[in-house]
This record gives sequence, structure tokens and C-alpha cells, in this order.
Amino acid sequence: MTSAIELRGIVKRFPGVVANSNIDLELRHGEVHALLGENGAGKSTLMSVLAGIYQPDAGSILIDGEPVALRSPRDAIQAGIAMVHQHFRLVKPFTVAENVLLGARTSWLLSPGRLEAEVADLAQQAGLKASPSARIWQLSVGEQQRVEILKALYRKARVLILDEPTAVLTPQEAEALFVTLRSMAADGRTVVFVSHKLSEVMSVADRITVLRGGKHVGTLETASTDEHRLAHLMVGRDIAFESARAPGEAGEIVLRVDDLHALSDLGLPAVRGASLSVRAGEILGLAGVAGNGQRELAEALAGTRPPTRGRIELYGADLTRASARRRIEAGLAYVPEDRLGTGLVGAMDATANVMLKSLSKHRRGPLLDYRSAARRTKDLVEQFGIKMSSLDAPVRLMSGGNLQKLLLARELSSSPRVVIAAHPTAGLDVGATEAVHELLLEQRASGVGILLISEDLDELLMLSDRIAVMYEGEIAGEVSADDADLERIGLMMGGTGADAPPMAAGGGG
Amino acid sequence: MKPAGGLRPRLVKRLLPSRRIRVAVRLIALLGAFAVAGIFLQATGRGAGAVYRAMWTGSFGSPYGQAQTILAAIPLIFTALAVAVAFRMLLWNIGAEGQFYIGAFGATAVAYSAPDWPRWLLLAAMVVGGLVGGALWGLIPGALRAFFGTNEIVPTLLLNYVAILLVDYMVNGPWTDPATLGFPLGKPFSESAILPLVGNTAIHSGIYLALAAALSVSMVLSRTAWGYKIKVIGSNARAASYAGFSIPRNMVAVMLLSGALAGLGGMVEVSGVVHKIQANISPGFGYTGIIVATLARFSPIYLVPMAVLFGALVVSGTELQTLGLPSDIVLMLQGVILFFALAGELFVNYRLVWRAGTVSDHPSTPAPVSNRAADLEQAG
Repeated sequence: MTSAIELRGIVKRFPGVVANSNIDLELRHGEVHALLGENGAGKSTLMSVLAGIYQPDAGSILIDGEPVALRSPRDAIQAGIAMVHQHFRLVKPFTVAENVLLGARTSWLLSPGRLEAEVADLAQQAGLKASPSARIWQLSVGEQQRVEILKALYRKARVLILDEPTAVLTPQEAEALFVTLRSMAADGRTVVFVSHKLSEVMSVADRITVLRGGKHVGTLETASTDEHRLAHLMVGRDIAFESARAPGEAGEIVLRVDDLHALSDLGLPAVRGASLSVRAGEILGLAGVAGNGQRELAEALAGTRPPTRGRIELYGADLTRASARRRIEAGLAYVPEDRLGTGLVGAMDATANVMLKSLSKHRRGPLLDYRSAARRTKDLVEQFGIKMSSLDAPVRLMSGGNLQKLLLARELSSSPRVVIAAHPTAGLDVGATEAVHELLLEQRASGVGILLISEDLDELLMLSDRIAVMYEGEIAGEVSADDADLERIGLMMGGTGADAPPMAAGGGG
Repeated sequence: MKPAGGLRPRLVKRLLPSRRIRVAVRLIALLGAFAVAGIFLQATGRGAGAVYRAMWTGSFGSPYGQAQTILAAIPLIFTALAVAVAFRMLLWNIGAEGQFYIGAFGATAVAYSAPDWPRWLLLAAMVVGGLVGGALWGLIPGALRAFFGTNEIVPTLLLNYVAILLVDYMVNGPWTDPATLGFPLGKPFSESAILPLVGNTAIHSGIYLALAAALSVSMVLSRTAWGYKIKVIGSNARAASYAGFSIPRNMVAVMLLSGALAGLGGMVEVSGVVHKIQANISPGFGYTGIIVATLARFSPIYLVPMAVLFGALVVSGTELQTLGLPSDIVLMLQGVILFFALAGELFVNYRLVWRAGTVSDHPSTPAPVSNRAADLEQAG
């Protein structure tokens, strides 16, 4: 096998931080090469250099032995390198087809019908169920990612970089993705798989390069290594693989949802008669494949999506029609899945983001007391171990893990009584994930009722007292975590378990 | 990298543009605009120097010009504030012109119906009349946008004509001054309906109102919870509704405030300058206010000096006419300044780097960071 790509001595600095420090990386034809590392290890930066988005401060890039200058993503695409980003680069009001063709087209004449037909073929290959004429904002996060992959496929990429691709996928979807990636490698293409999930890396990659703190710490053959060795390289210490959930005593019911119905952005029924209850001091895990109404359910609970039918009770009080404001005041904290899109204001600084839900606490007469808010932010930054260049920088410049910590810090420090956490560890590294888990368990121990929406079954099993499965807008079934049967949960997620009535197709759009 | 050609320019994104850069770039843009416009003025045959000298005399260079400049800046401060407040929520208020007229209308209605009130009371009532009139004109597009999702640009624009024609009707009909024999002029205001002058100057005390308005708006936007809320709504509406801020309610409130500010401008103009109602009380203050606000990056403080600059441009047009030049030269200058300022934004967010040329022959496309206003994306 020859080298498809060689990166030599790549250095990339940002104000106050060296993201990549003299990194060498060799990628071969026909391999799946995993890039492993914690958040902030420099994986995304290195791949952005390869994708022509960032210009390295030093170092060179060789494609098939020839030195090249990749000065723009377009250069990279012309050189056959395509990247699927962690934060999607999609134009939300545009259709799937329009997004796929965006920038890939030389002709100025566009016929929507033909474009859609063209894309429909590829979409089928890529396993995208949504119609090419669907608009991006209507799609779930998982579907949006498949549009990104589709984009790369359409551009006939020879080197495909995927930045944390499974963060938003269910285990089944991830498996399907791995099959696609393997077959792409078998065709002689190079797949770079950026991840921090050890098991995924072990199951999909031929070789694994580990980065830590912006430095290259090793490249290993998958066949001759194991998860423990990788974990050690990645974090520089051994990590505990199991975090035990202390036996707790569940109290009264704090959140009760009864026969709730809500519509999706498309106006189609997304939540269709979901009923569940969360007790004080327990974690109810909500499993399910993306697009089965979890997001809509969470939004209906948080008050940003009006329920069409049903009842929501918090501590026995009917909050079905209450405003988001009243729910927050009643002690409902919500960690949305879309951190930068919903949970935080990217253009504003950390202090302004920390105040978002507690304006009344930071008042001095008629004015806002930014000083006390800044003090509180500083405390939270220390307490939650958040890394940022400065308190005044817009938070959009922060990494995914630190954004999530900031979001959790704000939500959990408001002494909530009920927490809805949607995919709280999606895209986080092992260390940050562990920290988030500990935070949730602490909340549980202090008597908070938690609804944990996740697609990571291991996470759900580790943290939850009970696990409910959502399928096509309904709760397909519920199991106690102690005698949870993975196979049964998997079946319910697939819609064949328990007593899920056969519904008409096309729920999620 | 081996140099393969000469030095080539490249654009590199600044992650966090500093304040010094922002100010420097804008000053350079302003000077550049005058330089380029000078080329055209040279072509008029009068010489750019002579034209600029005349404009200087007509605006900053003489006591009379200075007063006129300030008098023209006052209404611009109000209309630019109206535009800036609305833009905090990413609303384009193109209707400051109409709100200005309606504010003048409201103030005039008060002035004509109670001419004998003591001055302080009548002026206060006229202020209320101006605020209410303008607010009402802002409410209509605001409520349409908030509750029916109607884009605010077209209604604000069209309401301008409604307001202008309403004033036209009044000055040709009910409010017309019989003494002017059919000219579209209202009856002169009573003494107590006129804003007092500042000291011995020709400047009326509306300037205090304008400066107070700019300061209060700045304070409200940057220091109060409400200002914070509308900034969040403007930056990320999803996050705003997630945090429990009511978008429709705040949208209506913003448009009420926006309209009220422009309406107050109309009151100050009739009470301070015109001393009666008449047709054409505004030579486009509402529209020039959009440029002023945009150039000041919608900052309620920076728009004050910007309004003075544009006030100077407005009054220097008169001076040009005495030279036999069309006053429209001023409009050209306004346009060139706007172009340069917008082009300058590129250099606020990107820096130009001369680097040894290599293979590629197009500038780098910077990483698309989701930041609406600050990013001027390169069209690949």
C-alpha cells in the first residue's frame, strides 16, 4: 500500500493555544484510519488543515508523494479530499438536493427536478431516507449528517474525513455507517475516522493514530492493540470503564407526562401519545433511534413546542400550557441536544450565556449586574473545569466539550428540580463524558428527577434507574435498568419489541 | 513553502477583530471615500479642492454652517436611533421617515389644540404626542411581524407614504394657514410650542433630547435585562425562546420604541426648526438615518458623531448650489462613503497577507463560522 496523504510537521497556532504541534501523519490508500484523541487534542484542527480550511503555520502536505498547497476547501475537494464536519455546514432553508449540489456545480442552469433525481440515487446508496426535496431544517440531526456524507460522496472524494461521525448516530446507524466506510476503503479510498470512542475505533479502523494535547503520541495497527492501551495513550492515564450508580431511593413523581401529542417542524405528528413519569432522585433513560420524536418531546416539555394534546405535570401542577419562562421558574432545567443552536448564544460571551436564564438574579436596580454574573461565571468555569481563552470571547470559539460543560454548568447550577438532558455527552471525549455522568449522578443523589435522552445504550445502562424506549412518537416499552436486556431494548428501538402497534410509515419525515 | 512567483495577497480571517482595527479601518474607509469622490469632483471642472472647501465652509468652517450642521444632525440622531434599536433584533425599520412625519403630526395636533398652555406643559405634551404618533406607526409593522410573520421591511416602507400624504392633506386642508394663500403650510405655532434655543446659538434645545435619547438607548440596550433579551433574540431566536423570552412581545416592544424615537425626532423638528407643520419637513432624514446607523454599526453612541458628519453633508449641499454645482453631489458622496465603509468591513474581519505565491490562484475561503453579521463570506 502506498501513502495517499502525508502530513509532515504540521503546526497550527491559535491565539493563546498551539492546536497542532509538529504533527506527522501518513494515510494509505484503502485504509480506514482512525484519529483518536480527547476534545482539544487537535484532531479537528489537523483535519481542517487537510481539508484546506486552515492554513498551517508550518509543515507540508503531500498527496501521492507530491507536495501541494491546500489553500481553500475547494483546493482540497479538487484534490479529492472531503470532510464531514462535526458542526454541519448545511444551508438550512435549502433542500437536501440543493445542499448536495452547492458548490459542486459548474453549470449555472439548475433544474430542481433533475437535481433531485440525481441526488435521490446517491441518497439511497448512502441510506438517507429523507426526500431530496426535504429542507434541511426539517431533518433530524442524524439525517442532516447523512446529507453531509452524501455531499462528500457526490464530490467523488478519494479521501473522506469524518469528524466524530457517530456522535449523533444510534448503534445500528453507526454499524451501517461502518459497513459503508469499510466498503469505501475496499474501493481503494482513504477514510479518516475522527473519534474518541474506543470501541468504534477498534471495530472500524485498520490503523489508529492517537493525538494528545496537540501532539502525535502514536500510530498503531488495530490488530495489535487493545482498548486499554489506546485509552492510556489518549488520556495519559488509565480510565475507569464502569461508573457504578449508587443505589438510590426514588421519591415522589416530579414529572408526569400523560398521552402527550406534538407536531414536528413539518407539521406531522411527531409525539403521539407519549406517557412517562420521572421520580425525584431517579434517572429515567429515554432510548430510541434519532427522529422518533425525542427532540419534539423534549421541546414540548421545555415549553418551546406547543403540545397538541395531553398533559404535563411538574410536582403535580399542570404546566401543559405554561410558558417556557414559567417552567424554568418551576425548576425545570433543559440541556438541549443542539448546544450552539439552542442552548447557547454563539455570538455572546460566556458571562452573557451564563445569565441567560437568571436575569432576575443579576440585577442592580433597573440595570443588569454584569459584575456579579462575571463572578458567577468565573466560579462555574473553575468548578466545572471549563477551558476558554477568555471570559469575553464569543462562546462559538469554544470546543464542543467545553460548550457542553458551560451549558451544563448553567443548567445544573440553577438548582433545578427536574432536568431534561438530551444527548448530553454527544461528541464529548471520554474525560468530559465521565464528568457529565458524574454531574448527572450528583443531581440524582441530591433528589433531582432526570430525564436522560440518549442514543448511547451503554450510557443509559450505566446511569438510568429505568429505561424507556421511544419509537414513532410513543413509549414502546420500559425496563428496569437492573434487569435490562439489551436485545429487548434494541428490538423496541427497531419497533418490533413489546407491544408497539404497527403505525403508518413516514413518521419523522 | 518555496516561492514560485512574486508576492501574492491573501485574506486571512481575524478570529477576534480588535477595537483599534475597527476604528482604523473605518477612518481609512472614510478618507478613501473622499479621495475617490474627489476624482469625480475634479471631473466637474471646479476642482475637488474648491468643492471640498465650499463644503467645509458650508458645514464646519463657519459659525452659521456649524449651527446648521448640528440642526441637521439632531433629526438624524433620532432616525438613526430608531433604525439601530430595531436592528438589535435584526429588524429593518425602513419607516423612520414615516414615523418622523407622524411624530410631527402628533406634536402639531397637540400644539394647535392647546396653544395657550404654559410652555413646559405644552412642550411635554408635544413630546408625548410625537412619541405616541411614532410608536403607533412602529406598532403596525411590529405587530404584523410578531403575530402574522409579515416581513417588516415592506410595511415600514409603505407606511412612509401614508404618513407623508396624511401630513400633506392636513397642511392643504384642516391645518392650512389662510395667510399663505394656498401654500402647503400650517399655521405658525404659538410661542409656547417652540423649543427654546441653547444660549446665544441658533441651536434649539432639542439637542439635549437627542443626546439624552442616545445615552438612554445605549444604556437600555447594553445594561438592562430587556436590552439583553432583545440582543439574544437578535442573535439566536431559538436560544431566546428556550430561555423563555417572548419573541412576539419583545418584537412589538422594539418596534414601539423604534417608532417612538423617530416620532420624537419629528416633534423636535417642527418645534425646534420649522415652528409649524408643513409638507416636506424631512429631506429624507429617515433614509439617511439608515445609512448613519449602519455606518455606526448600530451603536447608539457612535451614531451621534456619524449623524453630525451626515448633517454636515446635508447642509453643505446648499453651499454647493451657490457655487452653481448640483447639491446631488452630496448624495454621491453619501453613497461612496457607504460603499467604502461596507468594503472596509472585509478588512475588519480579514487581514491581507502578502505571501510568496505558490500554485493556487484564488484566495482562501475562510472557515465558515456561524456568525451572521461579522462574516463577509468570500464568494468562492
